[in-house]
Amino acid sequence: MAHSTGKIIGQRILGAIPSVIGVIIVTFLLTRALPGDPAAFFAGPAATAEAIAEVRATLGLDKTLPEQFFLYLGDLVRGDLGTSLTTGQTVVYDLATRLPASLELTLAGLVFAIALALPLGILAATKPNSWVDHGVRLLATAGVSLPTFFTGLFLIYLLYYRMGIVPAPLGRLDILYSAPPPVTGLYVIDSLLAGDLALFWAAASQLFLPAVTLGLFALAPLARVTRASMLGMLSSDFIRTARASGLPPRQVLFGYAFRNAMLPVITTLGVVFSFLLGANILVEKVFAWPGIGSYAVEALVASDYAPIQGFILTMALLYVVLNLLIDLLYVVIDPRAGVEA
Amino acid sequence: MRRRRLIQTSMGFAAGLTLAGGLKACSSDDSASTSSSAPAETAEGGAESSDATLTVVQGGGFPNSLDLHRVGTNRPAYGVSWVMYDRLMTFGKKTLDDGSISYDYTVLEPELAESWEMAEDGMSVTFALRPDATFHDGTPVTASDVKWSFDRAVSIGGFPSFQMKAGALENPDQFEVVDDQTFKVNFLRPDKLTMMDMAVPIPVIINAKLVEPHLTEEDPWGAEWLNSNDAGSGAYTIKEYQPNERIVLERFEDWKSGPLPQIKEVILLNVPEPGNRRALLERGDIDVNFTVSEKDQTELDATGNFTVISTPIENCLYSVDMHANPQLGGEDNPFGDVKVRQAVSYAIPYDAIMDTALYGQAVPMYGGKAQPDTVAWPQPSPYTTDMEQAKALLAESGYPDGFETTLAFDTGTQEWAEPTVILIQEALAELGITVNIEKVPSANFRSVLVEKSRPMIINNFGGWLNYPDYFFFYAYHGQDATFNGSSYKNPEMDTKIEAALASEPGNPEYEENVKGFIEMAWQEVPRAPLVQPQLGVAMQPNVSGYQYWFHRQLDFRQLAKA
Repeated sequence: MAHSTGKIIGQRILGAIPSVIGVIIVTFLLTRALPGDPAAFFAGPAATAEAIAEVRATLGLDKTLPEQFFLYLGDLVRGDLGTSLTTGQTVVYDLATRLPASLELTLAGLVFAIALALPLGILAATKPNSWVDHGVRLLATAGVSLPTFFTGLFLIYLLYYRMGIVPAPLGRLDILYSAPPPVTGLYVIDSLLAGDLALFWAAASQLFLPAVTLGLFALAPLARVTRASMLGMLSSDFIRTARASGLPPRQVLFGYAFRNAMLPVITTLGVVFSFLLGANILVEKVFAWPGIGSYAVEALVASDYAPIQGFILTMALLYVVLNLLIDLLYVVIDPRAGVEA
Repeated sequence: MRRRRLIQTSMGFAAGLTLAGGLKACSSDDSASTSSSAPAETAEGGAESSDATLTVVQGGGFPNSLDLHRVGTNRPAYGVSWVMYDRLMTFGKKTLDDGSISYDYTVLEPELAESWEMAEDGMSVTFALRPDATFHDGTPVTASDVKWSFDRAVSIGGFPSFQMKAGALENPDQFEVVDDQTFKVNFLRPDKLTMMDMAVPIPVIINAKLVEPHLTEEDPWGAEWLNSNDAGSGAYTIKEYQPNERIVLERFEDWKSGPLPQIKEVILLNVPEPGNRRALLERGDIDVNFTVSEKDQTELDATGNFTVISTPIENCLYSVDMHANPQLGGEDNPFGDVKVRQAVSYAIPYDAIMDTALYGQAVPMYGGKAQPDTVAWPQPSPYTTDMEQAKALLAESGYPDGFETTLAFDTGTQEWAEPTVILIQEALAELGITVNIEKVPSANFRSVLVEKSRPMIINNFGGWLNYPDYFFFYAYHGQDATFNGSSYKNPEMDTKIEAALASEPGNPEYEENVKGFIEMAWQEVPRAPLVQPQLGVAMQPNVSGYQYWFHRQLDFRQLAKA
């Protein structure tokens, strides 16, 4: 088992190298192919042709594409992703401060979605076509078809503006608090590690609404897949046999059906997670959440090359890691998966 | 309350001065706004320094650098730099007709310089620095710091050097350290802009000794270090700097260059969503919401719970620019025909744009006189919506049956520009002109302006200070600057603009030329003016002291909170 796990990790990492190289080349070319001239943008509105040319030289954009590419590769090797002109910080700093924010939000959203989707999916599967089933379908459809910015603004309007029971949508912490000493970068965990319960509560209450907004969006695929997969399992032969043998319904449901129904759910979970990382841009905007999604969009609007390249590269690496983790999870849940990989 | 000592030498700037470099699109994102209610009394109306904390959000971006000389530093960053650093001089203030407070470009007041004296030949000025002024680290401000800062501004390139050049400040050799407290600027040539140019946001005084250890060969001006560190002597120090999240400013208790601000701590928060900024204000979680959209200002004002102040943005116009050259992209250009431009100008649904796109929160720039009787700028064009006239003019033109064209706008201004272009599209359809709307992302719109590649665009040009000749120099002159969105070239127009630039306001020749080029702009109409936008702020009723500045940022030093 340990041997095969190590082998899978090794194979996966080797297999990822060509895709990462491809991503580097493609993002470089794509950012250069973007319409708009960063030199004209950053030279300021009153700039003359000479001023624009001067800025272009400062940004190194007067060199040929291959030259720019090799300079970029050299910087990459040294771990230098360049400087963002829009935020005025190095891209490494920006990503290091923003990625944990996005991860915290996405993970929290996912936890919320799972906590809701699994029970609802199972419930719907045990009573197909009942009012519970229809109710779950309605909730899931509504969650996925309402745009996240609408859900977000609506929840803010209701819970903050009208009722005042959640804190102001001001990012990760209320203005009275400052960030906990960074360990994981996730405030909710770092504040607990620091033993600061008040800070934990502050971070968690800021996280609550954006996580719910994001979670509602992720609810649908998870609930639907859980239901479908459970339905398939519950009507299969071994469940019938288990039932006929007089095993208690709880054990049949969770011990046999649920465990076997988990594989497709895990697959969907991986897809949903990576999807959410990109899709939380709107949620980040609405809640002033300082994550990487809104960062990338702002950079894109300004044709700011370095952050865009840094963002795509980070996401690509994240996907590689994520897929690896999911493969490993398969092995834990279903030992057969490891042999085939 | 301490008053700034008024200095005899505060030059009368009657001249026609504006800063060539200070030209800005007058609205980015949700800037530019609205409505007027009674402005609060000024901070100088007896505000003592207190422990108050002021929480501020604003539209149009979040400060992205502490160094306003950096390439890419955005306009909100000027607000932070303005209070963190001092300049040698600043501008006075005046009360506008509507009772709101504005800066006064005709009066220069001392800031870091205690006084100054013009040389008798008018070719240099000598500043006496305040002997008691210190930087935030406690070291005294000396003339060599001032020289290093001025050298940096003229040498670092990009916008700062361009701006300095506008005041004929071009070469480090011009700046001379006489002794520790005395700094001299030698003029290359007499230029009415030079003194003013030393009071705009660019020539900040930086603590040279503090920056020195961070200078490298590739970075001779310490741009990397100053980007996120404080080396100022201004009224506020940086207490906390979290890029893109929050900036906390704390009052510098030893500030000597003006009356100590009333607010002890200013918290600037980045809230990108306009709806949330408004909700925060309404919930009372913040004190000031700056650059509020037209819609929010109307509605916030209507609640009566907030102090809402708006000021028309000086020297700024929202307009429809029509490409005036006979050819565009190798094809015949209908807008090269003046009759077509006039027809379009009569077809634009001005009132509908004013009401629906701008919520009535702007100054209408239509329905004026054909013969200008004033040199005020901007002033209303003689055009109004008159479909019969428009149809008649189009029938006389080379395109009686209409044509197909494109109208481009910057998505950064879409809050008002999108409804505007849709209204124009509908109206021009009646003339048989089919308008395709092109949404251009902000990053690309600058390229559109530079290339002048579109037949019609929505333009929002404005200059920092308030003179028609400079507006025209950038918007109508044949030099074809970025903001001449119609690429309009007319030697007769150029002659009048240049003559006005060379003369001074009050002079009959100046007035004649200004009226002349305005009249010509109405006849030729390469741009159809829509409105003059307004800059608005909504504050809790206990906040006072707001003043309009040409750089269009809040001056935290002037605000007070009860």
